[in-house]
Amino acid sequence: MHMADALLSPAVGGTMWGVAAGTIAYSSMKVKKELDDSKVPLMGVLGAFIFAAQMINFTIPATGSSGHLGGGLLLAILLGPYAAFLTIASVLVVQSLFFADGGILALGCNIFNLGFFPAFIAYPFIYRKIAGSQPSRTRLSIAAIIAAVVGLQMGAFSVVLETVSSGISSLPFSTFVVLMQPIHLAIGIVEGLVTATVVSFVAAARPEIIRAGNDPVTPGRLPLRNVLLSFLAASLLIGGIVSWFASENPDGLEWAIAKVTGTEEVTGTEEGVHTILASLQEKIAFLPDYSFKQEAAGAAEGENNVDGPEGDASGRLGTSVAGGVGALISLALAFGIGFVLRRRQQFA
Amino acid sequence: MSHHIVEVKHLQHIYADGTVALQDVSLTIHHGESVAIIGANGAGKSTLLLHLNGYLTANSGEIRIGDFPLTKKTLPEIRRTVGMVFQDADDQLFMPTVFDDVAFGPFNLGLPVDEVKQRVKAVLEQVGAAHLQEKPPYHLSGGEKKRVAIATVLSMSPDILVMDEPTSGLDPFARRQLMGLLRDFQHTKIFTSHDLDMVVELCQRTIVLHKGIVKADGPTLEIFNDDALLAECRLEKPLSMQGCPVCGKGR
Amino acid sequence: MRSIDGAVLDLKRLDLLATGDSVIHRLDARAKVLTTLVFIVTVVSFNRYEFTALFPFFIYPVVTASLGNLPGGYIVRKIIMVIPFAFVVGMLNPIFDRELFVRIGPFAITGGWISCASIILRTVLTVGAAFILVGVTGFLSVCEALERLGTPRTFTVQLLFLYRYIFVLTEEGARASRARELRSCGRKGLGLASFGPLIGHLLIRTWLRAERIHMAMLARGFTGEFHSRQVSGFGWRELFYVAGWSAVFVVLRMENGAQWMGRLVTGVLS
Repeated sequence: MHMADALLSPAVGGTMWGVAAGTIAYSSMKVKKELDDSKVPLMGVLGAFIFAAQMINFTIPATGSSGHLGGGLLLAILLGPYAAFLTIASVLVVQSLFFADGGILALGCNIFNLGFFPAFIAYPFIYRKIAGSQPSRTRLSIAAIIAAVVGLQMGAFSVVLETVSSGISSLPFSTFVVLMQPIHLAIGIVEGLVTATVVSFVAAARPEIIRAGNDPVTPGRLPLRNVLLSFLAASLLIGGIVSWFASENPDGLEWAIAKVTGTEEVTGTEEGVHTILASLQEKIAFLPDYSFKQEAAGAAEGENNVDGPEGDASGRLGTSVAGGVGALISLALAFGIGFVLRRRQQFA
Repeated sequence: MSHHIVEVKHLQHIYADGTVALQDVSLTIHHGESVAIIGANGAGKSTLLLHLNGYLTANSGEIRIGDFPLTKKTLPEIRRTVGMVFQDADDQLFMPTVFDDVAFGPFNLGLPVDEVKQRVKAVLEQVGAAHLQEKPPYHLSGGEKKRVAIATVLSMSPDILVMDEPTSGLDPFARRQLMGLLRDFQHTKIFTSHDLDMVVELCQRTIVLHKGIVKADGPTLEIFNDDALLAECRLEKPLSMQGCPVCGKGR
Repeated sequence: MRSIDGAVLDLKRLDLLATGDSVIHRLDARAKVLTTLVFIVTVVSFNRYEFTALFPFFIYPVVTASLGNLPGGYIVRKIIMVIPFAFVVGMLNPIFDRELFVRIGPFAITGGWISCASIILRTVLTVGAAFILVGVTGFLSVCEALERLGTPRTFTVQLLFLYRYIFVLTEEGARASRARELRSCGRKGLGLASFGPLIGHLLIRTWLRAERIHMAMLARGFTGEFHSRQVSGFGWRELFYVAGWSAVFVVLRMENGAQWMGRLVTGVLS
């Protein structure tokens, strides 16, 4: 359930970058202050372990398809919330850069969806509460399954919110929710089962490893709760702002650029005088904003000749042909320049 | 500088799970000696080595390195004096590039940047790895990794080199190259190894550990000629000291 | 599912590209990270029905890859591997968005198809930019740049450790998984029963390795601080690089370059 750059708007991507960066900064401070030095290599190597473990598949019971470990909850059990969050975030950074899982702008979303929920919600408030300190095998499995399911449900819902408020995908909110949540219910159960199997295996073979994770930061302590509450408040606030943006100005950046440069006014008054200005005006007429299909929008924009979807469709033909030809030319031009640069480098 | 550089007295170590790794180990190593510690798997070799730079704390007994007893206060100085090269070079080379790795120790000693750079350069040249300076460790071969691992320790200018299984996993050429390198070091050297031929070539003295106690301690050739001792301690005579099975000629 | 060995080889290959020496490689990593960010943000800032205006943006990945001497075929292949995923996501748009967008002769193209094509194009551009960033910069320098741009040291050290041991642990994981596959004799014996202990063992070995690494760090005087030398600096060249590209992106964002060129050629403009 990695978010991809291609589905994100800058406003949502940027906001989530901010949230993720803040959480990383806070967790780094906590880890540096509260954990001993031996955790430094441990976090790094466990991150690499998750990376490797995610590539090993298993057959999902009763379905025959194959799955792999996510690892967020497992890391939280082994390392405690802060170190686990940093570790998950670091794995996601490498995945986004080397394997195009997600993307650079989507990194904020992915770190939040896949790191924050398991480390700061599912582990301290569900897993630890149910499992207690010396869980039996069944209790541990139940705790792991419920925690994994809750963590993934929240993550999946967060993906839906981020995607819908970005407005690149046309998938309606309700359909998306109905699509995502059940799938992640199944994934969550499997993730919980796998986590429980691994944890109980390790608990039997090397009990001190599982115990080590329990010590560093006691969950449910006041500071953690405060942090959680403030994060929740912050994300609600940000979410509110983002959705307001998305509804008022479907494209926040475009709106901002237009405001800053005053483009709209310029084209409005000096329409069709100069070729560049003319094409600029065309561009705006071509795609004024998200609401271009509504006649009301056309009317409101006045001079931009947006009449209605049907009438406009034929009018757009000219622009589209030119656009298509231009696209091909610019592509050829880009690769042509690349070719020349390459040749020059070879002779240099 | 005292004459005894490493002194271990009645060292005992019991792991948390109750395993007795070292029962009662006493030994003295002198300045400039090259000593091998050999023994079967589980004899306590690695546990002993980990005491020498204070990573493990003994249940009872005493360790002196140079002029200092090993205590919490002398630990930093002792860790500088005792250069420890681990068996798996991947555990030792944890920094992004060879340079950073070799510079890790000197930086921790608080040396200024220019001196660190000088040291790194000198040490890498000494082990024949100057050309690897900017490479990340995962692009190195096994032999290269080993030599760089030794460089990471040499850069702290230790008096004593402690190496766990230096030749394990190396191809014959890399092994030969490494042995040539080790022979040239003027440091006091302590090795553990199952490569008994290397022991014969590099160490004048050998200590045999068996079930957590010192079973024998003496000149290497003498020890390897004691067949009864070797059999008891799950060891065997190095190939270079056995008669040739093909032509029948002895050494 | 990708094979472990394949993934590691791929990682190593991309990593090795960064050791190259070119005008682009020599730039300070911060300049390249910032430019990549500006590029991605501009590309995704178009609304969902924008398609043609995205094409001129190819100038950036193509020029950077060429100046950086990256093997074009390799980068293209890496990008192509991602396209199916983008296509699956993009395919939902034509289903839900059937509004007529443009009519070309007998063909009616809906907004959904346009936005689907736009999503794929965005994927190619953003994914390409990420690969190229790594190829001309290298992970270590990216981390160094992140740190000098304000990322906490704890996190960059974490990234470096993670990256260093990916190479070690994926090999360990591959060995374990190969052993399991070989002994399951082609049956579907790869269920949870063997997966748990396999991963568990890998985890225990990982834990022990972390202990040994910590030992090796302590043995060399580690006190909790990492020191590093700073190699490069942010000079006029870097400033010019970031400002130049950003200007190009903003112009291409404001002005549909493809439209403009197309009109010039087709002569629709009078």
